[in-house]
Amino acid sequence: MTPTTTPTAPAPDRPPARSRPRRRWTGWGFLAPFMTVFALVFVAPILYSLYLSVYRDQLVGGTSFVGLENYRGALTDPVFWDSVSRVTLFLAVQVPIMLFLALLLALALDSGRLYGRDFFRISIFLPYAVPAVVATLMWGFMYGTRFGLVGNVNDLLGVTLPDPLAPGVILASIGNIVTWQFVGYNMLILYSALRTVPHNLYEAAEVDGAGQLRVIAAIKLPALRGALVIAAIFSVIGSFQLFNEPSILQSLAPNAITSGYTPNLYTYSLAFSGQQQNYAAAVAIIMGLLTMVIAYAVQLFGMRKAV
Amino acid sequence: MNNRASRAAAVGALCLALSACGSGDDTAPDVTAEDVATALEEGGEITVWAWEPTLEQVAEDFEEAHPGVTVDVENVGTGDEQYTALQNALSAGSGLPDVAHIEYFALGQFTIAGHLVDLAPLGAEELEGSYTPGPWNAVQGEEGAIHALPMDSGPIALFYNQDVFDELDVEIPTTWEEYVEAARELTEADPDVRIAADNGDAGTTTTGIWHAGGQPYSVEGEEVTIDFTDEGTARYTDSWQQLIDEDLLLPVTSWSDEWYQALGDGSVATLVTGAWMGLNLESGVPDGTGSWRVAPPPAWEEGDTSSAESGGSALAVPMGAENQALAYAFIEYANAGDGIRTRIDQGAFPATVADLESEEFLAIESEYFGGQQVNQVYADSAANVREGWAYLPYQAHANSLFNDTVGQAYVSDTTLAEGLADWQEVSARYGEDQGFTVDTGD
Repeated sequence: MTPTTTPTAPAPDRPPARSRPRRRWTGWGFLAPFMTVFALVFVAPILYSLYLSVYRDQLVGGTSFVGLENYRGALTDPVFWDSVSRVTLFLAVQVPIMLFLALLLALALDSGRLYGRDFFRISIFLPYAVPAVVATLMWGFMYGTRFGLVGNVNDLLGVTLPDPLAPGVILASIGNIVTWQFVGYNMLILYSALRTVPHNLYEAAEVDGAGQLRVIAAIKLPALRGALVIAAIFSVIGSFQLFNEPSILQSLAPNAITSGYTPNLYTYSLAFSGQQQNYAAAVAIIMGLLTMVIAYAVQLFGMRKAV
Repeated sequence: MNNRASRAAAVGALCLALSACGSGDDTAPDVTAEDVATALEEGGEITVWAWEPTLEQVAEDFEEAHPGVTVDVENVGTGDEQYTALQNALSAGSGLPDVAHIEYFALGQFTIAGHLVDLAPLGAEELEGSYTPGPWNAVQGEEGAIHALPMDSGPIALFYNQDVFDELDVEIPTTWEEYVEAARELTEADPDVRIAADNGDAGTTTTGIWHAGGQPYSVEGEEVTIDFTDEGTARYTDSWQQLIDEDLLLPVTSWSDEWYQALGDGSVATLVTGAWMGLNLESGVPDGTGSWRVAPPPAWEEGDTSSAESGGSALAVPMGAENQALAYAFIEYANAGDGIRTRIDQGAFPATVADLESEEFLAIESEYFGGQQVNQVYADSAANVREGWAYLPYQAHANSLFNDTVGQAYVSDTTLAEGLADWQEVSARYGEDQGFTVDTGD
């Protein structure tokens, strides 16, 4: 955007006024297939949610326009804020652990000193290919203290491990599932970023007598910054949208995972069991905005460091 | 109001312009018993949304008896899933089934909004006295309205594993006091055995309170009372709290794999629940064949035979259904006519007095229960159900908040009474949000 140069340039070869709109519409014509799909699957649902969120539908009294009432309700709803602080805690603990593990694995793969590199790469990535629902069911079974893996370990060693499905522990148990699932995915993002580092940098480092740690600190980590920011943003969004894992574990631990355990689960409970689609829409929109703000903050933070 | 009036005016204008407007639902003349007879002769097609497996055969028989009639039985999900689908279809005003399967506790959320056709003028009023009091009470509306016909019922009974009691030399409890005592003895004799599995279940708790004589809910139109501080409720919580405190309940969620395993391997000795559990034990716990027996529910006072209901469901006609007359004909066939026989043969537990009292039905000996005539026990229980119980008009949603509140009593220091107070609060808040006047007794 350099507006200072524009006033002089267009004057001489400005096309006849008549042809101008025509050219503009041609462009839209090419865009039309995309725009139609975009409008239908992206813009329309958001507009519809916005529309829903300013009404209220009651069992007694029917539908009425309530303006921003639902938003005011959501902003002062303790269940909603509890769920937000829960996913924020999850984000603050799980995402750094997962990204750190992914980073270590990516560096190990890239070091060229690993025997059976391709085997490691595929086996670490494999959990990502398991559908989240299946993975959670599997873990839920392992977490069982009666017939599951935890129960077996207890019986075998005569110990009492903490119940992974107890209210105070279950968030960590979910974090474990999510880490297991996504560490390989993030590793792949980081690993592919490492593969793009020009080889002559390493040769130069070697000539300068830099050790492996020095190479990591001076070459690999700076090269990874962009990829790390991307991975972090994906993880932030993923954490805020936490749904599958708690939703499935809920049937195993209904007292630990309440109906408003995560914002998405809360929205789901409101809309599908409480028939409060309007309020659910308001909660979803607030949550969407919150996620955007935090993802943007992560991006700004990442970029600022990059400069 | 203004908005609605202008919309009606617009529709009216449109009707004039088109000069051929079918009468809307609001103005449609009520369907009568005569229409039902005509509809059967003319034939037609109806859609039934139900998860009750025995209805498939009933539908086939019905089609055979009435040529020209087609019945599509669709399973759109069990319980809540179906209610969600139904609620969505009702809001959309299209895609409605002609007949819907609804549990008694969930009827309220549909009747309060006027979503169910009153079946009384279609012939249901003549069925008074055909059903046991519990189910019949559950389908009654105000001013003689009948919102559905009872399909089955769940009078409670004590299911117990005779082998476990024999092996550990513990008496079968007949009162709740003995039940708590038996719970202690069982676990003392074998630390792996618990008297019951309970991890916080709304149905179990509300049925327990009902049986103890509590009446936490009462509903009069749009006025709702929720009060978990009555004597009956306290009687229930005092006794159940002891089981929780002394770690005498297996913390396993009902219907989970672990639950079925525990029922099969003898680590859970009893179940107090609806008569339909008999069928579930047979199909879900084949290992228990010959071990399980059925007895009347433990009494709160010696000699007291009063009972309660757990679950049970009915068939209703949603407002706006296309073929209401034929829909009623089917419901009557299934729940008051020959369909009952078909369903009993497949193991269902009916709600009709005639069948519950028939010698043939009562004499059936259950192989699973060691040759016991279990229907006799169920039927006695059905006849003694405490009257006056009501569910909330939005019980399905209130139940979904149960584990958030009362469930905490099972995993923390919160007591059952405190949990119930929290449940009362969130249920009242939801009721007020939905436009009800809620009285919580303070």
